[in-house]
Amino acid sequence: MAELVYNKDGRLLFTKEMKKEYTILMPQMLPVHFEMFRQVLSLEGYNVVQLNNDGKNVVDEGLKYVHNDTCYPALLVIGQFMDAIKNGGYDPHKVALMITQTGGGCRASNYIHLLRKALKKAGMEYVPVISVSFGLEENPGFSLTIPILQKLVFGMMYGDLIMNVANQVRPYEINKGDTDAAVKAWIAKLVNRFQHGEGMSRKAMRRGFDEIIADFAAIPVEQTEKVRVGVVGEIYVKFSALGNNHLEEFLLSEGAEPVVPGLTDFMIFKIYNRIVDVDIYGGLWAKKELCQFMMDYVQKCQHDMIDALEKSGRFRAPGDFEQLRQLVQGYLGEGCKMGEGWLLTAEMLELIHSGTNNIVCAQPFGCLPNHIVGKGMVRALKDNYPNSNIVSIDYDPSATKINQENRIKLMLANAKALAKGQEKEPVHA
Amino acid sequence: MSYRIGIDIGSTTVKVVVLDENNNLLFRSYERHFSKVRERTCETLRTIADQYSGQQVKMVITGSAGLGVSKASGIDFVQEVYATAAAVNAYVPDTDAVIELGGEDAKIIFFGGALEERMNGSCAGGTGAFIDQMATLMNVTGDELDKLSLKHEKIYPIASRCGVFAKSDIQPILNQGGRKEDVAASIFQAVVDQTIAGLTQGRELKGKIVFLGGPLHFLMGLRERFVETLRLDEAHAIFPADGDCFAAMGAALCATDYEEKLFDDQLKLLEESRDAVTSLDTAPALFTSQAEYDEFCQRHNAQHPPVYDIETYEGDAYLGIDAGSTTTKLALIAPDGGLLYTYYHSNMGNPVSIVRQQLDEIYAKIGDRITIKGSAVTGYGEDLIKNAFRCDLGLVETVAHYNAAAHFNPDVDFIIDIGGQDMKCFKIRNGAVDSIMLNEACSSGCGSFIETFARALGYEIADFAKLGLFTEKPVNLGSRCTVFMNSSVKQAQKDGASVEDISAGLSISIVKNAIYKVLRMSSADELGKHIVVQGGTFHNDAVLRAFEQELGRNVIRPTIAGIMGAFGAALAAKKLQLDQSSILTPEELKRFAHTAKPVTCNGCTNHCSLTINTFDGGRRFISGNRCSKPLGGKKVENPDLMKYKYDKLRSCEGKGQGTGERGTMGIPFALNTYENMPFWFEFFTRLNFEVVLSPESSRKLYLKGQRTIPSDTVCYPAKLVHGHVVSLIEQGVDTIFYPCMSYNFDEGVSDNNYNCPVVAYYPDLIASNIPALRNIRYLHPYLGLHRPKDFEKRAADYFQTMFGIPKKETVAAARAAYAAYDAYKEDIRKTAEKYIDYAREKGMPIMVIAGRPYHMDPEINHGINDLVTGFGFVLITEDSVAWKMDKQSRTVLNQWTYHARMYNAARYVCTQEDMELIQLVSFGCGVDAITGDEVRLILEEGGKLYTQLKIDDISNLGAVRIRIRSLLAAIEARREQA
Repeated sequence: MAELVYNKDGRLLFTKEMKKEYTILMPQMLPVHFEMFRQVLSLEGYNVVQLNNDGKNVVDEGLKYVHNDTCYPALLVIGQFMDAIKNGGYDPHKVALMITQTGGGCRASNYIHLLRKALKKAGMEYVPVISVSFGLEENPGFSLTIPILQKLVFGMMYGDLIMNVANQVRPYEINKGDTDAAVKAWIAKLVNRFQHGEGMSRKAMRRGFDEIIADFAAIPVEQTEKVRVGVVGEIYVKFSALGNNHLEEFLLSEGAEPVVPGLTDFMIFKIYNRIVDVDIYGGLWAKKELCQFMMDYVQKCQHDMIDALEKSGRFRAPGDFEQLRQLVQGYLGEGCKMGEGWLLTAEMLELIHSGTNNIVCAQPFGCLPNHIVGKGMVRALKDNYPNSNIVSIDYDPSATKINQENRIKLMLANAKALAKGQEKEPVHA
Repeated sequence: MSYRIGIDIGSTTVKVVVLDENNNLLFRSYERHFSKVRERTCETLRTIADQYSGQQVKMVITGSAGLGVSKASGIDFVQEVYATAAAVNAYVPDTDAVIELGGEDAKIIFFGGALEERMNGSCAGGTGAFIDQMATLMNVTGDELDKLSLKHEKIYPIASRCGVFAKSDIQPILNQGGRKEDVAASIFQAVVDQTIAGLTQGRELKGKIVFLGGPLHFLMGLRERFVETLRLDEAHAIFPADGDCFAAMGAALCATDYEEKLFDDQLKLLEESRDAVTSLDTAPALFTSQAEYDEFCQRHNAQHPPVYDIETYEGDAYLGIDAGSTTTKLALIAPDGGLLYTYYHSNMGNPVSIVRQQLDEIYAKIGDRITIKGSAVTGYGEDLIKNAFRCDLGLVETVAHYNAAAHFNPDVDFIIDIGGQDMKCFKIRNGAVDSIMLNEACSSGCGSFIETFARALGYEIADFAKLGLFTEKPVNLGSRCTVFMNSSVKQAQKDGASVEDISAGLSISIVKNAIYKVLRMSSADELGKHIVVQGGTFHNDAVLRAFEQELGRNVIRPTIAGIMGAFGAALAAKKLQLDQSSILTPEELKRFAHTAKPVTCNGCTNHCSLTINTFDGGRRFISGNRCSKPLGGKKVENPDLMKYKYDKLRSCEGKGQGTGERGTMGIPFALNTYENMPFWFEFFTRLNFEVVLSPESSRKLYLKGQRTIPSDTVCYPAKLVHGHVVSLIEQGVDTIFYPCMSYNFDEGVSDNNYNCPVVAYYPDLIASNIPALRNIRYLHPYLGLHRPKDFEKRAADYFQTMFGIPKKETVAAARAAYAAYDAYKEDIRKTAEKYIDYAREKGMPIMVIAGRPYHMDPEINHGINDLVTGFGFVLITEDSVAWKMDKQSRTVLNQWTYHARMYNAARYVCTQEDMELIQLVSFGCGVDAITGDEVRLILEEGGKLYTQLKIDDISNLGAVRIRIRSLLAAIEARREQA
């Protein structure tokens, strides 16, 4: 039985013994991506479980253990953990919790502390919490080495690609369920490859991309025009069905095609911020160089994906990070980095430029950065792109689905009118 | 072409219209559905079945509650804003904008250019429903409210952001004797401000405006407020004859695109969908059997004081009055606490006349047998009632409640009181109040909400509450605030919840709100072993049961739960040990007269809305004041560092030691520039700019920028920035400087030195949202002051590019600026020392106000500092003591400069016997959810009381007063213990 070891500040550490004995619980956000991440970590000897508990109990646990004015994602993530520890059949003395910590001026960097507070409240201070971050908190039993990081990047790339093509096929599939089956099959296939040490080089990844694209392109689809709706927002609420009341499903049921920009840009954005920081405020040149190196690598991977999509002739490819960066000039400064920062506005611009004028901007109720980069930029976007059709939706434990859906429906009604090119006369009365 | 039928099902009403092929209106109806959405719709359709039976019709549903009906029945749906736009296009061409108010939604549609439609966000819901709620509060019908408003003389400033807030503002005005006519008009004005502030979001409302929806159709006073506020003439303010049914008409117009079907088939679809079962989010039943309920009642009814017959009793008695926000309570007790007379009733918006009536009644009953030896009053209306009837004592509610609870259970260690407006909870340790938790505005009104809701459905509160006791599936309605509950109810209704389910659900919601939002508690053990619950809301068995269920523990509810405040006041009156109460005698009572007149105090910049109450014999009582100035006395001037700091920062204006030859540099006095003014002033004057500060914040300044605010839920300090920038533009400055700052000064006591995202990036938001900035040079560069050398270099580059200023000059200016900022900090610290010495010499308590620098702004804190010093404190600020503590790791990520100060100030206060701390937080500030908990933790571990004031555009300081007085009472009690 692993001993409980604390660092000098009294933080409970995740030790090497724990690595052997403990089950690490990981919250859910993006099913495809996170499954890849889980696999990568498993290969390194971590016993990681991906949580999929959903529903009222998760929210109730969150409400119970987290200050209710804290943002909704914190409430859900912590609620999901607490629900899992209490009701998931785990030995609470044999689990550790894993959570990302991005740092930065948003309250999101406090999630890990709120999680520890919650554990304390529940009398489970003995559960170690592992921070997945760039050097914010160290643990002897957990480290993200360069090779692991590299593999995580691959996992993210596969995730983004699969999500991208699946979103472009699912609304049109003739046989309901084909797309989801293909997603499932590909996760299994990739996991299998990972386990055999395959698919873990850029070259192999490029090949993998082509295969994935070919498979999804082969799914029989009907030739109809659907309204495309972009989804942007605070990262958790944007991606997590638990956070956004199954937004993608709703859009599909309303006959729209959801367009969800991937995770890669966010990762590059977070690295890029460190470079910009040095430019604006000064700082270590070496740190900047290291970040530049990492950023270049991920960008290359992103180009691999974009190239593969463009080559296919079947799928729309997203713009690359550099394009996003260019688009947002004149809207927000590059120093605007907290939360999703300028990237969120850039994603809206990219969507508009690539013909997806209709956008749902999803955020937790009272999300601080989104006051600026989401709601705060809609006016300027509307002035510059009169046909842009953006609806801002707040998510919260008490915000009702009916209110959210009603507002999305308004956006969709406008979208359909815009599509008909009759926005000035929505009805021939 | 066939007939087209449009059905608009809103949150409170169903509208049905029939159009012929020429868009003529053949039939229209507008009816309240009382939650019975499908039934009501079918009923209306059946009344026209004679005409349309057997005919082909095109039928379309719209409306917020229509979505569910449409889904269940399969009848086509169009979104209501879209439908409304269609109707306006057809019936009122050349319209520039539409304002539509519904039961719970507010919408604006802009025509001209691209169509732009807006609905209120998830907050700020409730317009029609809000007006209903207010009418109930004032005990008038909607019509009467309307008529009253037309006779107004003045408008009170009422928080407009949200219905719940407005209510917290209105209540004290009523209780202090404000005229109903004025309050009525102020309510409408609040709706107008809310609509404009929340929905225009940077687009101007001008041209021809069409007003739609039920409230605007029926309420002339509301129309008047809109027309006056928007300065419209008759040609530009259009109120269509069928404005209440426009969405339905739009739906009928949209029906053109849909298939025609037999009327009878459609009606049948609707009727049959009625019983469709949808999944509901439900909670466990409150009671599963009558026996369980009986046992419960028996347990609670055991707690009661003796009762004496007032008609025969002889001897002494003590009178307690609790003038609560919505109800007035009286208790006349014998020396042993036995009850002689009790009263509990809604105050009908006029507590004075209720108390008078009751006193008459009591005097008639007691004759000469009973002597009233003491009288005390507590509650919102304390001051007014005390002055009106010359009571012996006024005491703060929290103390009154503790007195009462301790009478029943001396071991009580936790009290929770849920009244109509407020929720108060306090822990008792060693016989003294140990920590106080009051609800904030956002969760206020829970108690009266359930009552208003019951009445809206046509029930008396008692009957409504009973409905929910045995339902098997109470519906889950969330716990954020009553506005959210309103829309949760809407959703529940859509999903087919019964009135019983909703009744139980509301009770559970109130309890959850109390436990999770106010108490912030995760287990019953955190509260205590002997929990006493009281307040009128706990008379509701469903609420009490839900509370016990949620807690997993039995609690004590005395049978007099509703009048515990009055009972406690009576006990306090007894403690005075007077020979005779000074309360008005029966003769004096006969001559009693009361009139109230509203005025605005011009004694200082606070411009308090005062109510001057005049009683018979020329006795006067002024309420609504924040300081003693309007009372004729001199303003108490205890040392106040907040004011000192504010004056010092405001003086950072002009040319300084420079020539001003480079022109004027306007700086908005807000958010990140607030405390950095000494820096920027020195910097720019050294560069020979003349620094122009935006004017002092005020309501008027806020309104100037109001319509350019894109996010309704951002904090008030951020909203004020818009007014500051607009004012600077009006002042005609050459340049406006407002830097983006991810980082603030590094004060060496935290892990990082961030600003919050709003403070950091608001300058970028301003650039995109204030169109007039296009005609002025607006500089909003990203700058960091935390690395002086780097700042010098980057600033030198920047100002060379922008103004051609030689780099050397900028570097020198930067160095001088850093020195000036240090000197400023030093001065604040020294002054604080002086104030602390002063306090200690005179034996005065010291209050540390811990907030962010811009909380000093009198418009933001509504004169809280005057209130604090008025209670005899010497006031210092968090930054003036924070530096005395070193860096220490916290249980949260300590990465914001301003918050690190609060943590350290709290730690310092714990080391000082004579210091207390009040934390100021902004409503809507997500970061404060983290800092609040942390500061509380520090203070509680240090044996201090935690008091938090949440501030907003709400200008009612009543709640603030309760907190400060409770704090004083607790300090006093602690001192007595020692």
